[in-house]
Amino acid sequence: MKNNYLVFFLMWVLVASVQAETVFVTLEKDNALAVIDPIAGKLLKTVAVGQRPRGIAISPDNKFLYVATSDENVIKIIDVETLKEVGYLPSGEDPETFALNPAGDKLYASNEDDSLVTVIDIAKKKIVKQIKVGVEPEGIADSPDSKWLVSASETTNMVHWIDTKTNVITENILVDPRPRAVRFTANSQQLWVTSEMAGTLMILDVNAKQIIKTIKFQVSGVTADKIQPVGVVIDKDSNRGYVALGPANRVAVINAKTFEVEKVLLVGQRVWNLAFSPDQKRLYTTNGISNDISIIDLDSQVVTKSIGVGNYPWGVAVKP
Amino acid sequence: MPSINLLAKTIVNILLIILLANLELAYAKTNQIIDIAYLTQEQVAPLSLSNLDPFIKNKGVLGAELGIDDDNTTGKFVGQQFNLKKIIVPMDGNVIATFDKEISKKFQYVVINLSATQVNQVADLPEAKKMLLFDVGTIDDALRNEQCRGNVLHFLPSRAMRADALAQYLMKKRWVKWFLVVGTNQEDLLFSNAIKRSAKRFGLQIVAEKTWDHTYDARRTAQSDVAVFTQTEDDYDVLVVADESGQFGEYLDYRTWNPRPVIGTQGLVAAAWHKTHEQWGAIQIQNRFKEKAHRWMEEQDYAAYLALRAIGEATTRTRSSDLSTVKDYMLSDSFALQGYKGSPLSFRSWDGQLRQPVLLAAPRSLVAVAPIEGFLHPKTELDTLGYDLPESLCKGVKQ
Repeated sequence: MKNNYLVFFLMWVLVASVQAETVFVTLEKDNALAVIDPIAGKLLKTVAVGQRPRGIAISPDNKFLYVATSDENVIKIIDVETLKEVGYLPSGEDPETFALNPAGDKLYASNEDDSLVTVIDIAKKKIVKQIKVGVEPEGIADSPDSKWLVSASETTNMVHWIDTKTNVITENILVDPRPRAVRFTANSQQLWVTSEMAGTLMILDVNAKQIIKTIKFQVSGVTADKIQPVGVVIDKDSNRGYVALGPANRVAVINAKTFEVEKVLLVGQRVWNLAFSPDQKRLYTTNGISNDISIIDLDSQVVTKSIGVGNYPWGVAVKP
Repeated sequence: MPSINLLAKTIVNILLIILLANLELAYAKTNQIIDIAYLTQEQVAPLSLSNLDPFIKNKGVLGAELGIDDDNTTGKFVGQQFNLKKIIVPMDGNVIATFDKEISKKFQYVVINLSATQVNQVADLPEAKKMLLFDVGTIDDALRNEQCRGNVLHFLPSRAMRADALAQYLMKKRWVKWFLVVGTNQEDLLFSNAIKRSAKRFGLQIVAEKTWDHTYDARRTAQSDVAVFTQTEDDYDVLVVADESGQFGEYLDYRTWNPRPVIGTQGLVAAAWHKTHEQWGAIQIQNRFKEKAHRWMEEQDYAAYLALRAIGEATTRTRSSDLSTVKDYMLSDSFALQGYKGSPLSFRSWDGQLRQPVLLAAPRSLVAVAPIEGFLHPKTELDTLGYDLPESLCKGVKQ
């Protein structure tokens, strides 16, 4: 008996230490948030969150989730432990995606219909400024060194560089058609931008504000117009980047040093957004049409699991 | 020594001034103005079946206005300015005379929302040979085949593309037996020909065909007429109606002898754009358009918007306003236009048709978007709709 208890205890320790993380996914069509245990491969629960939730992020202290409920024109603040709404931020109309600054005290939201970027003070729950950008802004990112805020406008086909000190656009770079997502490397030296219509990833040098490399994705057996890059993430050491290829149902693995596409991995249908596990050993993908998330083991570069989560999984955030 | 210092300072200052002047000059040089004309003619309000849908006089022009706004948003960042001159010929006016007077020698890029006959009358004018015409009004297959012109690009899906879109969907549903009902207008015959072509192409069966030449007064006749009219010798899965001007098609649904769905020009329709469409960012342009126009975006508005965006995209990418540079780029593989339909849009180099998904819509619900999954093509599945390169009778618009 005693031995059994010991075994149970050891197993519990093991499970508890591995089961450290929780994945949160917004479900655009279910108006809900899915809570997932990725290690157990289980959907833990689904909680109502408001109309048409899309963008999601977690505060740096992992205490709060921010969820853009587009049809309610606000960004909800959700307590991570209780999963209850504890407040909301004014976001301007129809917020879709947003970016948190590294300090976690400011949030920048894209307002697609009004061609605006809204700067929000989280503590005061107030709009600080609205910045006019190109038509239909979507992808937005704050550089890890907090110097630059970049907004991509889908119809104007530009990335706008906003100085975070002044909240003024200082530069505009023309990129490939319908830029969707923007992501800085951890050292703030590069900006990666995906173009949905050209099927490309552009890598920009932050200091020069110039495109240094354009990668055109190709997948055998998939016609070019199905390859529509959306979400992009880069690991903290800039060894590899990953790009969700939308209706091509694949994630491209890119060597971040040579900019070569090393592999394409088959995931669920219309893969949209991506997030690393806290230890960056796994990648989570939201698959809009197959209503699931895929888990990619990054050491072996193999898709290990898919978990059904609900209708139209859109954004993803991970709590350690 | 101070004098040498002064000299050095002066030289530096002069150099700086020269440098600044050069910068100014360089900026002015890249500043381009692209003038675009929009030509249309006022239309007679057609006979209408009901008062549900008011006649819209300005289809097209408001889409062009939205397009030029978007062009200029990009343009102001790259030093390009787009101007749109709208020319609306009165109902009794002469389009050719207006073209000669207002457009010839003044414009290189001309968006035309005209009838099929007028399109080629304009395209064949000697002055028009030095232009690129953007047809946002016609759906005629002839203009994209035996009557095609090298200086015209077409933005609306042709009848063949629409019929193929419907056929693909019906194939998927296995509704393979069709009863074709055709109106008496010339356009109805053209649509019916497109339907027959699609049926043959996808191996579907037209089990019956009838011409509707009845009276058009609903109160008196529709109920009894349609029931009798839709009795056919062989049973069918769907009724396909060809009634482009909407004179009787709406009478058919719910009045057929057997319970069968209606598709074609009424019922489930194939369209370039539809108010039920909101995927792929479409909701954003629907909202932007409605805010501006206070009405829904119609097909011609969408086509005109795309025409303006195509000009903007090609001139911005090439940083050129030169006609042949812009045309070459538009017809190249690099050209990818965002059209809110999930696939990048581009031109078929063989006939100048904008390749695009076709929406299949019921009055209040988007049913499907063609190409339907499973219809494959080696280059792009969009080319499963309409005349593909080997079938085309056009010798190409690339010159």
